[in-house]
Amino acid sequence: MLVTERTIDREFVERMLEVSGQPFKQCMQCGTCSVVCPMQESTQLTPRQVMHHLQWGQKEALMNTNTPWICASCHTCEVRCPRGIDVPKLMEALRLQILRENKNFVEPFQIDKEQLKEAPQLAFVSSFRKHTS
Amino acid sequence: MSDTATVENATPKVEAKLIPIYIMGKMYEVPETLTIMKAMEYAGYKYVRGAGCRGGVCGACATVYRKPGDYHIRVGLACQTVVEPDMYLTQIPFYPANRAKYDWEQIKGECEEVYEAYPELFRCLACNACTKVCPMEIPVMDYVSAIKRGDIEKANELSFDCIQCGLCSTRCMAEMAQYHIAQMVRRIHGRFHTPQSKHCEEQVAAIKDGYYDDALAELKALGTMDPTTYEETPGIKKLIELYQAREGEPHTAEEFWTPESDYALLKSNGK
Amino acid sequence: MKLGYYPGCTLKTKAINLEVSAVKSLEALGVEVEELERWNCCGAVYSLADDDLVHLLAPVRDLIRAKDQGLDKVMTLCSMCYNTIARANLLMRKDEEKRDAINNFLEEETDYFGEVDVVHYLQFVRDDIGWDKVAAAVKNPLKDLKVGPYYGCTLTKPGEIKIDDSIEPVSFKNLIEAIGAEYVAYPDAETCCGSYQIIGNPEAALKTTATIVESAEKRGADALILSCPLCEYNIGRRQADVRGLREGLEPLPVFYFTQLLAIALGLDIDTLHLDRNMPEAQKLLEDKGILATA
Repeated sequence: MLVTERTIDREFVERMLEVSGQPFKQCMQCGTCSVVCPMQESTQLTPRQVMHHLQWGQKEALMNTNTPWICASCHTCEVRCPRGIDVPKLMEALRLQILRENKNFVEPFQIDKEQLKEAPQLAFVSSFRKHTS
Repeated sequence: MSDTATVENATPKVEAKLIPIYIMGKMYEVPETLTIMKAMEYAGYKYVRGAGCRGGVCGACATVYRKPGDYHIRVGLACQTVVEPDMYLTQIPFYPANRAKYDWEQIKGECEEVYEAYPELFRCLACNACTKVCPMEIPVMDYVSAIKRGDIEKANELSFDCIQCGLCSTRCMAEMAQYHIAQMVRRIHGRFHTPQSKHCEEQVAAIKDGYYDDALAELKALGTMDPTTYEETPGIKKLIELYQAREGEPHTAEEFWTPESDYALLKSNGK
Repeated sequence: MKLGYYPGCTLKTKAINLEVSAVKSLEALGVEVEELERWNCCGAVYSLADDDLVHLLAPVRDLIRAKDQGLDKVMTLCSMCYNTIARANLLMRKDEEKRDAINNFLEEETDYFGEVDVVHYLQFVRDDIGWDKVAAAVKNPLKDLKVGPYYGCTLTKPGEIKIDDSIEPVSFKNLIEAIGAEYVAYPDAETCCGSYQIIGNPEAALKTTATIVESAEKRGADALILSCPLCEYNIGRRQADVRGLREGLEPLPVFYFTQLLAIALGLDIDTLHLDRNMPEAQKLLEDKGILATA
């Protein structure tokens, strides 16, 4: 991660603070969140790395990582964070940054027909809430 | 209101006060007794499309309007709603809506088939904007909820009065077309969840067998209206006469009523 | 006291096996539930953004329905419904500004100030009935059945609405012991099953599910119990796909905790919709002699 005056997006940092309400600047990079994350096998950046990028206003890297889209909002990291930071709220803020531009991560009409038949309703309700604009 | 006023209002010609209304932003003075549709015609609009049935059942003339100093969106069918002073309005005869394609022959009557056709229904946020905008006062949000939980019976019941005007879909945050989804549900309900009517099957078979062919040919032979002047020809007058004299179930009929004419009653008991 | 019951979007069809077994078990334990007459889907997930109110409308509307019906307590069976509605309720109690904004927007509804209590079924059985009473009502103890708990996430996290300890919950352990089964501890009873990622990122979800199944099998569990229809789908009905990801995984039947409770209470097994569970579930009960072979 290259950090210069030009790479820090301060407006983005403020926006993330506002949407999430979480004091991510207080993160001390202990990495507990990354260790307990059940989705760690599939994420590109660990939650700790996401926190670090947030602190340094690295908007582009965060807009291009899959981590917020893999996060299942399970709150395992949140209950263990020694600084009491609600990491899932930051993941939500990152997702909304994209979803609010009217971009979908999941397209309902592209879902496999068999799955539409088999999966329980709440799978679609929750997926569309987290992954569609 | 006094009795005299009622009688006066009931007379065919009344001296109506002119009131201002705004159609698509432009002010017109129209008689206060008119419906929106008639007021628009009075103002000089000509309905080429969107006039519909003029009877409040077809959903073609859905209209949205606002009143001064009021943030609410108000709705009504142009053919049924009487104008009010200073209302500003526009008619929404059509709004693009996703209507899924499905092979009716393959449908088995399960709620999952509705999910397959319209997965976007799971995006409902229960904001209730659809219900608030429905001119038929249908609890749209509630029937979407019923579909979500797989209650086809209830969704059918709640959405039954829908006239497919499409106003619900104009306001939907989840961007779905509730009325098309409900229509699929009602079709499923009609075909799989209600008892089939035996005499309907008999009638359809009779139509296919040509039982009504002669009668239909007779009616057809009466001709059409003059296509240029729209004047009623003698044949059309006869057609109207026949239509008005047709046998229908009287409003005061008993629970079991049987028509007497040959054509109304398929002579399954002696065809 | 009337115990209100909020079913949720999945309970009337895909998870009817959860609803029927739960309601019948409560009846057997002497508690009648009163279902909400009018309700909508709660939205399944709670919005985590501070500047977002629109996703709160659905759960708040359900709470208003409960209030309108004169209920002072409403119970859910689905963990996700519990999480979403309980958190919305907490917000309506604590955040005056947002509460006013929501009440103002929901102008066609009764104003709501958090008057209704939201409980989960497991919590209700534990706190209002008690494990002793459950154990005393058991007619058919599930001896020889080694059961692992699967808590998932939404019952115990986040802390503000947890029904049990977030890191070391015990409610399922107590339940398993009360119904006479053998409790099996394993490290992944609180590991997330991947939740809604089964739609957007199915592989990521199935990978974490494989960890859960492997971990429970290594500790000798015959079966898992859980309370959430989405967990049941990911771990249970999608298990064939899960097993495809890792060598040596055997089928691990998954039940709703209320199904085993109902069987232990001696309720008619035919009414429990076991055919809606993964196929191995019924077979396990037959093998263990709990269910008569057809």
